Amino acid sequence: MATMDTQPNGAASGNGADRPPEKKVYARAYAGMDIDKDRDATDDLAVLWRIFKLAARQRFRLVLGAVATVIAATFQLMIPQYLGDAVDGAVGLLESGALSDEAALDYLYGTALILLGVSTLRGLFTLTHNYCGETLGHHLAYRLRMAFYDKLQYLNFSFHDRVHTGELITRGMLDLEGVRSFMNMGVLRVLLFLILVGVGAYRLLSTDVFLGFLSLSFVPFVAWRSTTVRLKLREMWFALQERMGVLGRIMDENLTGIRVVRAFGAEPYELDKYQGASDHALALAERRIRTRVSSTTAMNFAFFAAMGLVLWVGGSRVINGYMTVGTLTEFLTFMTILQQPVRQLGMVVNAFARASTCGSRLFAVLDLEAPIRDREDAGPLEVTGGVLEFEDVSFAYPGEGSPPILEGVSFRVERGRTLGIVGPPGSGKSTIAHLLPRYYDVTGGRITVDGQDIRDVTLESLRRAVRVVQQDPFLFTSSLENNIAYGDPWADDAAIEGSAATAQIDGFIDQLPERYETLVGERGVSLSGGQKQRVAIARTAMLRPAVLVLDDSMAAIDAGTEQRIREALGEHTANCATLIVSHRLGALRHADEILFIENGRIVERGTHDELVALRGRYAALFALQTLDGPLQDIVDLAAEAGVREASDT
Amino acid sequence: MTPLKAWGGRERPPRAVVGSQVSRDEEMFGAAFDRHVIRRFFAYVYPYRRRLYAAMAALLLFTGAQLAIPLIIRHAIDHAIIPAGGDASLLWLVVLAFFAAILLNYGASFVQDWIVSRTGEEVIFDLRRAMFVHLQYVAMAFMDKTEVGRMMSRLQGDVYSLQEFLENSITALGDLVLLFGIVAIMLWLDFQLGLLTLSVVPVLLFVRLIWLPRARAAFRRARETNSIANGALAEGIHAVRTVQGMRRESVNFELYDEKATENLNAHLRSAQYAQVMVPIVDTLTGAAWGVVIVVGGALVLDDALDIGVMVAFLFYVQRFFDPIRSLTIQYSVMQRAMASGQRIFEVLDVPLAINDRPDAIAPENVEGRIEFRGVTFGYEKNQPVLRDLNFTIEPGETVALVGPTGSGKTSTTALLHRFYDVWEGAILLDGRDVRDYAAAALGRHIAMVLQDPFLFTGTIRENIRFRTTGASDRDVERAARIVGAHDFIMRWPDGYDTVLEQGGGNLSLGQRQLLSFARALVADARVLVLDEATANIDSYTERQIQIGLTALLEGRTGIVIAHRLATVRDVDRIIVLQEGRIVETGTHHELIARKGLYARLYALNYTSFDDLPEDLMEEAAGATARS
Ligand SMILES: Nc1ncnc2c1ncn2[C@@H]1O[C@H](COP(=O)(O)OP(=O)(O)OP(=O)(O)O)[C@@H](O)[C@H]1O
Ligand SMILES: Nc1ncnc2c1ncn2[C@@H]1O[C@H](COP(=O)(O)OP(=O)(O)OP(=O)(O)O)[C@@H](O)[C@H]1O
Ligand SMILES: [Mg+2]
Repeated sequence: MATMDTQPNGAASGNGADRPPEKKVYARAYAGMDIDKDRDATDDLAVLWRIFKLAARQRFRLVLGAVATVIAATFQLMIPQYLGDAVDGAVGLLESGALSDEAALDYLYGTALILLGVSTLRGLFTLTHNYCGETLGHHLAYRLRMAFYDKLQYLNFSFHDRVHTGELITRGMLDLEGVRSFMNMGVLRVLLFLILVGVGAYRLLSTDVFLGFLSLSFVPFVAWRSTTVRLKLREMWFALQERMGVLGRIMDENLTGIRVVRAFGAEPYELDKYQGASDHALALAERRIRTRVSSTTAMNFAFFAAMGLVLWVGGSRVINGYMTVGTLTEFLTFMTILQQPVRQLGMVVNAFARASTCGSRLFAVLDLEAPIRDREDAGPLEVTGGVLEFEDVSFAYPGEGSPPILEGVSFRVERGRTLGIVGPPGSGKSTIAHLLPRYYDVTGGRITVDGQDIRDVTLESLRRAVRVVQQDPFLFTSSLENNIAYGDPWADDAAIEGSAATAQIDGFIDQLPERYETLVGERGVSLSGGQKQRVAIARTAMLRPAVLVLDDSMAAIDAGTEQRIREALGEHTANCATLIVSHRLGALRHADEILFIENGRIVERGTHDELVALRGRYAALFALQTLDGPLQDIVDLAAEAGVREASDT
Repeated sequence: MTPLKAWGGRERPPRAVVGSQVSRDEEMFGAAFDRHVIRRFFAYVYPYRRRLYAAMAALLLFTGAQLAIPLIIRHAIDHAIIPAGGDASLLWLVVLAFFAAILLNYGASFVQDWIVSRTGEEVIFDLRRAMFVHLQYVAMAFMDKTEVGRMMSRLQGDVYSLQEFLENSITALGDLVLLFGIVAIMLWLDFQLGLLTLSVVPVLLFVRLIWLPRARAAFRRARETNSIANGALAEGIHAVRTVQGMRRESVNFELYDEKATENLNAHLRSAQYAQVMVPIVDTLTGAAWGVVIVVGGALVLDDALDIGVMVAFLFYVQRFFDPIRSLTIQYSVMQRAMASGQRIFEVLDVPLAINDRPDAIAPENVEGRIEFRGVTFGYEKNQPVLRDLNFTIEPGETVALVGPTGSGKTSTTALLHRFYDVWEGAILLDGRDVRDYAAAALGRHIAMVLQDPFLFTGTIRENIRFRTTGASDRDVERAARIVGAHDFIMRWPDGYDTVLEQGGGNLSLGQRQLLSFARALVADARVLVLDEATANIDSYTERQIQIGLTALLEGRTGIVIAHRLATVRDVDRIIVLQEGRIVETGTHHELIARKGLYARLYALNYTSFDDLPEDLMEEAAGATARS
């Protein structure tokens, strides 16, 4: 597992709700995103410090990089001095110190050699500095990448319900890049800059205080500018990143829902939506560019102005004989050495702003704790009798003021028995299925398997024992074989073909040219609705659960095929407790008990025959599906049963 | 390959992949210059040409100022400072010239940087928009085969390579000018010394020649592994519910680790290649300085050279390698841009297979007569899904399509919308081929409830209204009432203004279906297609919807697809499909009386199976065997 410190962060309070309302849908739709922390400036430094600490895990590399930076800077600082010496030597000023022409030439040779050596060494240490900086970034990115992936796999459904996938992908891709470049472009570069300016300042000041001050006169301006701009850029990065997220989401949803868009001829509508988001993002991008460009050019100008002052004052001093040309050259070359870093300062500032933005966006996710996780003392679930029991379960989805979805639901299913669940849309049937593997935790009552509260056992063992065939299955862009063996990657061919047969999809697969190797398009687009559902059933039939839940998972399958699937599954279901949610009552007819759920409560329960005899809601449903009578009769029957007299008002 | 921990000591690798949809097109790296791509790209830059000319002019000024600065310093030293006693007034002038130069430098670099960055940004927004617009109209078959993630990486990633390219080509121009300027000035200042100084350049070029191909391969690998890892991440996020349900976390983590590690190694390697040039260039800089000092110094001692020239040389040497360095980086930028450009223009080149004819009609109203005339169609060559389909639906009639799964029901409705082109035959709306209609007109007159309900991020109201922007809040509410969604919508504190989470994640599937149903009703079209619109809804709710619909469907054409045959019992006519052929048509009672496939399916639908005689079971099984 990835090693990341995941300090719970108290500041993770929502900021989505209080954002001013915007009139466009794509802006408002973001209100649900409350995973970002407050973004004040103090937080900003904390984020950078945290990135630094994470990168500093590789102490050797960091120390080496820092040392190399110092040495490279030192060599770099030596260069102006030697260049100055060379000029002085050439000018023959040393003659006054009784140096002959040959001696001066020798001196030049010596200086040239030293310069060559110093340059080479500087190059080597710069290499070390850059390499350490970059690889620190890459290692950091690797660790963050793994931690991010791990975290996403680990976070609960309630998180994924709330945060758009596009948003998470952006964080995992773009924000990761932003953090990656921080060590080299940010930290080590600043170190280099500080040393160059610091040591250079000392040297220059000790050579000539006034000129030294002049040549450093740009520093305060640059320091001030870069700090203010950094904060401004950070704000802009946040805004832009968010806008780009919205734009990305619009495109992603458009392409995913392309059939809906086409079916409604909604292309112009979608283009409008896109254009709005795009214009908005572009405007922000342009503002960011202007800020960046105006600050970098201004910093450059300040630098050159200082150089001009040095030329002027220094020139006058040479004229007045207070100073040699060589010293002036030294000052000027020192300044040209600073030219590169000053030019890069803009990038460094940007790197800082970006890293703190991106870092806080990443950490916001990494710091999240999954509310549903193993207890400290959780042991594996021990399946003995295979009895599933709901005891007075109530439930509401996480979130403030969210309405109760289930209330007082109790039932018991034993191994080899089947429980049927019916009810109108939104009554809570899938919710029951989601509670079993602890995708969500009950808010009242408890669920037990063989007497063990499912919250007391490990998730691993629980989810191994409880399998749900989802209502709308997700298929992977991969071969049919990989899709079927998703839950058991070590299955052999026979097992895969066996479960394909159970799901009645083998006939279809056999007539495909590439059979089990056939690629299934994204989310199974190249399959019909019923074929998709059957692949999902085959996937679950591979596994031998103690509790099997079929959540309306055969709605797109015709009754004949469904019947054969149920028969084939019989061998499995004999050994487990089965829950079937279905709207087709034929499928529930042999269930040992059927629950009719309405608004999260069990309103009728019993066997098929009992429920029909009850002449209630279930009987009305049954009548609708079986009787050939005219419409009115059925409506009358339903009315007679008093179906939903309350909710129809 | 060392066995993963996830193998758990097993011999065989797991039958498992993450992010297998590795973009094949990542391998499309090729030449650094592709005239076709450049030409296409410049069409997007063209509208901004005036601005870019200005930027180039600014660039020349800016480079000129850069070149002038050492010259001015040289002038200061040689003419104002060195001559015995110096010349303070001249120094003044020179300093003034210096400030003029840096002001110019400031202004010009501002203008140039701002224009170029802004234009770069605008061009990519244009390009992205062009792609997005194009994708709205390309053939559905293309969209079926293309992963959204791959398209997104073109829309969001590749465009940046082109932006980078645009920005860099302007700076590259500046670099070139700077390079030639420096060479020219050095040769002009002192030909001999200039030539000697430049003698280090061939060495550099030689080293570059050896370095380039290797480095390029390393950079490419880093990029490839990046997109592989990102693809896997995207899949992991999309599939997270299945992953957790199937307990694949640890296997996936290991598999992902493999990809991330590969990515890390590729990056480490490319960092090595990128950095190895640093000391080489620095050494050469040192060597060039050495030449200037020794040769130039000797000349100065002989009074054959002004000391100021030597100082200027020292400055120029330092600046000289910068453009060379960035110009070679330029190469990989270009290569990347060409590959991205190819991918982008590949998208833009996807033919709009089902293009609107120039004379496409978009009538205000249609009657709604639908006719399939000898329609044969399939997704793959030689595998027809629909075979010689013939039927007519009169305006005001409601017809049901039923049949075993995979028999081609959804495909039939997709054709009606012209998602795909038929192989043979024709589909007519009001007696005219659907290909004669503008796509938008079909969308307006044929409303559809798709088998997989898809909802957008946004409020419930926006989702129901969707593109029918003219629909009032009352229309929205009426549609919601008809489908029985009003009650549950009003249960939220925000009612119709409740924001749906991604894809309606906070709704039950049935509720999503109801909203997608309401969306089709609000569209107020002459033809209404319901593809399993109530598959996840209980029969009672369904019946209520049907009662509401009766009034609404009055005079409109309806096509209903359902597996629950009770749903279709009351339609005017039922068409039974099997393996893409029509096997029976008639009303419910006629078909029951015929005791064919429909009757058997119907019986299976509700009857307890052991009540059925054995032979009927077998017959039914035979009839529905093909899937
Ligand atoms: N986009 C596609 N690309 C390739 N093949 C497809 C595509 N869509 C469907 N098919 C294939 O065409 C056949 C008919 O599919 P269709 O979706 O029309 O069936 P259906 O009758 O609607 O089935 P169901 O009741 O299961 O939804 C199936 O075998 C399916 O695999
Ligand atoms: N992830 C979620 N977050 C918040 N609310 C949810 C979420 N999922 C479902 N709900 C709400 O919970 C209620 C019950 O939903 P559930 O999916 O259990 O219904 P269902 O009985 O399975 O319906 P269907 O027959 O349509 O599948 C619905 O009102 C729905 O809006
Ligand atoms: Mg279908």
